[in-house]
Amino acid sequence: MIEHADIDTELIPILDKVSDPEIPVLTILDMGVVRYAKLVDDLVFIKITPTYSGCPAMDVIADDITTAFKKAGYNVNIDLILTPAWTTDWISEEGRDALEKYGIAPPLEADADKEALLGNKRIVKCTNCGSHNTKLVSQFGSTACKALFQCEDCQEPFDYFKCLK
Amino acid sequence: MNTNLYNYLLGIADNSLILGQRLGELCGHGPSLETDIALTNISLDLFGQVRSYYQYAAKVVGDNRDEDTIAMMRPEREYVSVLLVEQPNTDFGYVIARQFLFDVYHYMFLTELQSSKDETLAAIAKKSIKEVSYHVRFSSDWIKRLGDGTEESHKRIQNAINDLWTYTDELFHQTEADKEMINEGVGVDTSKLKEQYYKHVSEVLNEATLVVPDLKYFQKGGKQGVHTEHMGYILAELQYMQRAYPNMSW
Repeated sequence: MIEHADIDTELIPILDKVSDPEIPVLTILDMGVVRYAKLVDDLVFIKITPTYSGCPAMDVIADDITTAFKKAGYNVNIDLILTPAWTTDWISEEGRDALEKYGIAPPLEADADKEALLGNKRIVKCTNCGSHNTKLVSQFGSTACKALFQCEDCQEPFDYFKCLK
Repeated sequence: MNTNLYNYLLGIADNSLILGQRLGELCGHGPSLETDIALTNISLDLFGQVRSYYQYAAKVVGDNRDEDTIAMMRPEREYVSVLLVEQPNTDFGYVIARQFLFDVYHYMFLTELQSSKDETLAAIAKKSIKEVSYHVRFSSDWIKRLGDGTEESHKRIQNAINDLWTYTDELFHQTEADKEMINEGVGVDTSKLKEQYYKHVSEVLNEATLVVPDLKYFQKGGKQGVHTEHMGYILAELQYMQRAYPNMSW
């Protein structure tokens, strides 16, 4: 079990160039989908984990990683792993800030998330005007990992990244 | 090859494949944009999950079959999904009732599968249950909204529940492969979930001001590959590409 990502420091600059194809402002390191990256002789071993089982971005991410490492002169071996299952806790602080600036509200803690998604409490912050007077439009949004909200003050619709624990 | 394990995997995966295909039919046809997106999102989750099961099944058979061959190239009698999931999208009431009756079971099943002795199965369950917890929340919520909604919505969701109820008992039937896998500590003993299932489903229906059907006779057959008349149409669409262009790949 790898709870904390085990990544060789020298490989970070290369991985940092690969962004999430669905949320291009986030790198795959910010997303926390890279769980392992080690250089053994001339071969880089990488383990990635999907955010959601059906995430169509995984194949693209694997391709992008291969391309990035080829450019840097390495061969890679990529494994898709399921355990431990990805959680929104693995999104980095920088990632959360980037999400918000991009117009996607970052995930709340599990309990607060439930209240927000059941429409019991207005606690999701509008990414446009900062108001908390927002309402749930749909528990499912533009991708599996997001829900759709709307701000009642500025009327802006926005995505909320659902908490996954 | 471990035939029991292979059949056990199909028993889990086929349910989600066929339900996912049914939900996929709603893409662009949902009653509202939000429900359209929600139902196809659920479909995507289910397809993602079945890929893990079929990839594992391909490993278990160990010949030249891959996840696509197993998912796409079997004849109807070899699909072992329950009859519930192949029932048509008659109206939104049926879509929600079918989803709810399956989601509650699916969530309970995955909860137990997480402690399977088979590490791969436990891993898939741990991943999937996070997604399925959203599905069950969505469908339960809609059961209440429709049941406790207008006169028309109440009537329609009650009709759907009455019609689909006959397919619920089959969820708890056990095949030979199921029994073997339970004995080995790999499979989930679904007979232990039955009482809890009906209790929970009834609670939600009551809250939705709906009547819990009182039925003595239940339909079965899907787990033995004997399907309703709807299955052939689903497979015709599901298998079209693979049959029209053999050995195609993306």
